[in-house]
Amino acid sequence: MSSLINSIDFPYVLGALIKVVIFWITIMIICAYAVYAERRVLAVIQNRLGPNRVGWQGLLQPFADLIKFIFKEDIIPMSVNRALYVCAPIISLVPAMMVLIVYPFGPDNLPLPGGEFLTQTINDLTTKLGLGWNVDLRSVNLHVTHFNVGILYIFAMTGLGVYGIVVAGWASNSKYSLLGGLRSSAQMVSYELGLSLSVVAVLLMAGTLDLTEIVRQQSGWGGMRWNIFGGTSAGEGLKSLAMAIPAIIAFFIYLISAIAETNRVPFDLPEAETELVAGFHTEYSALKFALFFIAEYVNMTTVSVLATSLFLGGWNGPFINVFPWLGPIYFLGKVFFFLFLYIWLRGTLPRLRYDQLMNFGWKFLLPAALFNIALAATIAVLVY
Amino acid sequence: MEQFAQIQVSHLFFLAFASLAVVAAFNVILQRNPIYSAIGLIVVMCSLAGLFLTLSAEFIAAIQIIVYAGAIMVLFVFVIMLLNIREEDAKADRQKYLKFLAVPLFLALIGVVMAALKTIGNPAASSNVPGTVENVAEGMFTNYLLPFEATSVLILMAIVGSMFLARRESAEDTNEIETALNAANQPTAVEESSEEEVHA
Amino acid sequence: MVPLSWYLALSAVLFTIGVAGVLIQRNAIVLFMCIELMLNSVNLTLVAFSRFLGDVTGQLFVFIVMVVAAAEAAVGLAIIIALFRTRETLNVDEADLLKL
Repeated sequence: MSSLINSIDFPYVLGALIKVVIFWITIMIICAYAVYAERRVLAVIQNRLGPNRVGWQGLLQPFADLIKFIFKEDIIPMSVNRALYVCAPIISLVPAMMVLIVYPFGPDNLPLPGGEFLTQTINDLTTKLGLGWNVDLRSVNLHVTHFNVGILYIFAMTGLGVYGIVVAGWASNSKYSLLGGLRSSAQMVSYELGLSLSVVAVLLMAGTLDLTEIVRQQSGWGGMRWNIFGGTSAGEGLKSLAMAIPAIIAFFIYLISAIAETNRVPFDLPEAETELVAGFHTEYSALKFALFFIAEYVNMTTVSVLATSLFLGGWNGPFINVFPWLGPIYFLGKVFFFLFLYIWLRGTLPRLRYDQLMNFGWKFLLPAALFNIALAATIAVLVY
Repeated sequence: MEQFAQIQVSHLFFLAFASLAVVAAFNVILQRNPIYSAIGLIVVMCSLAGLFLTLSAEFIAAIQIIVYAGAIMVLFVFVIMLLNIREEDAKADRQKYLKFLAVPLFLALIGVVMAALKTIGNPAASSNVPGTVENVAEGMFTNYLLPFEATSVLILMAIVGSMFLARRESAEDTNEIETALNAANQPTAVEESSEEEVHA
Repeated sequence: MVPLSWYLALSAVLFTIGVAGVLIQRNAIVLFMCIELMLNSVNLTLVAFSRFLGDVTGQLFVFIVMVVAAAEAAVGLAIIIALFRTRETLNVDEADLLKL
């Protein structure tokens, strides 16, 4: 048994756990306030006030909503398949949350204020306890982990999220839920192709699947050498700007597919209120509905994080080399921009018809993404 | 048994994923409702992806979840939902003897394999760790380029074939899905009566 | 490192469960899933051998097996849908037109 304990790197595990908790809380707060922002911004677009009673300007509204969700009666309709009905929101939320371990929040080796003191204290304490840890907190990495297949991992987890919706639609035993679940799974599977193929153009530029490495590569030109401006793959000089053409095309394909993948307006057919009541979550209420709701917003955050890291330089920005702590601020700012874009689109665009949606995905986006890969490869060969 | 003196975290991961996989695999074959079988198979595939990670095959683990769990099994679940297959009748079973054949065959096959495994001993793992995207891509686009291209032709044939098989013969059955859905959503007699009580 | 024999034993157990499933179940979709289960268990041995030999070939095999499985699933499920349309059942014993 002693070999088992020796084989665990306790400081690493503990540090990862602390980071996971901090990032989890950050994402939860972002999601809660994204819901609030959505209601307020939509209200501004539609010339009304929106929630402004709970706290100053309604800023405590997310907590009021949460309390309401917790205390509402949790109804389980009689004709549902009980086990699957209860599992579906969990299946939906867990893969969505698992993605956050590869979010690159900031640059590597950020100097931690007071890190010197913390390092000293913890090392002294563990020496006294006889554990003998050698912790170094003078600088931190703002990501839980990074691995060789980071982007594939994100796609794998977002791909698993579809089961939550399908299972919810099936287990609810209601025709609205079933139709919503069927539509949703078909839509998500279709647009996943456009989503992953548009990313391939960026991968050709980056030459790696590791998300932190892709972001790190974009730090040239004083933090402005983003992939959407051509990235670093084609070497120095202005000719690398040629790669910007496929990158911009890929960015728009990614953006459209991402909105469809997260089932948001104008692609929100799975929950089209006027036709399907509320789609796959028609029969859900209280906390189970809230879990679906959180999963949707976490997924929105994930595709925003991916768009930020792949196309807009992640934590890179002006003066990043001078003030490394600007990194997380740039990163979150860009993510908020995409979240705002979601709300903006919701306030502006009407919903597509289902056949239009499928035709658009299969007959336009997929060929466009394939063409874009060929274009990116051609330019890469010519410019190198 | 000297292996157990050297137990490590990777052993625990193996045991966890392996037991999950075996339980879920039994779930696949013992359930009468196809959707439970499908969910069992999804769990098997995800735990196999975890086992691939213990073998440091990161790329294959990711592809396992994306292709198997994220695409193939979605197709299965989609078809089960589309055809609205519920639990089948036991009486339709014509070949009952197969079931009694299954258990001894199962035990015999496991016995034979375990006996064979005793002879292989415990070879040491190679120090060369394949499994990163670079390794796999290098193999795929150099030595194994022809099989790789052949699979793309296979996929094209599968697309054409499945579209031909699944296409509708005439316009009259376009409403088939809706009728099937409506028929399946009729509440059963017991539920109907209780619903009436609620309404009353 | 987990010994190679553990992986092979697990793979054998999963494969046998798949075989037993083909014998027990009569539902075409579940039969199909049992075949996928067997393919998966073989993938496990391939990846394990690849790791212990330090050669990437086994993983490329797995990749190709996955492609074949995807193609098989597409065609197979199309056949199952066609079968269900004509026979209204998925019991493989009912699909016996070619039997004497």
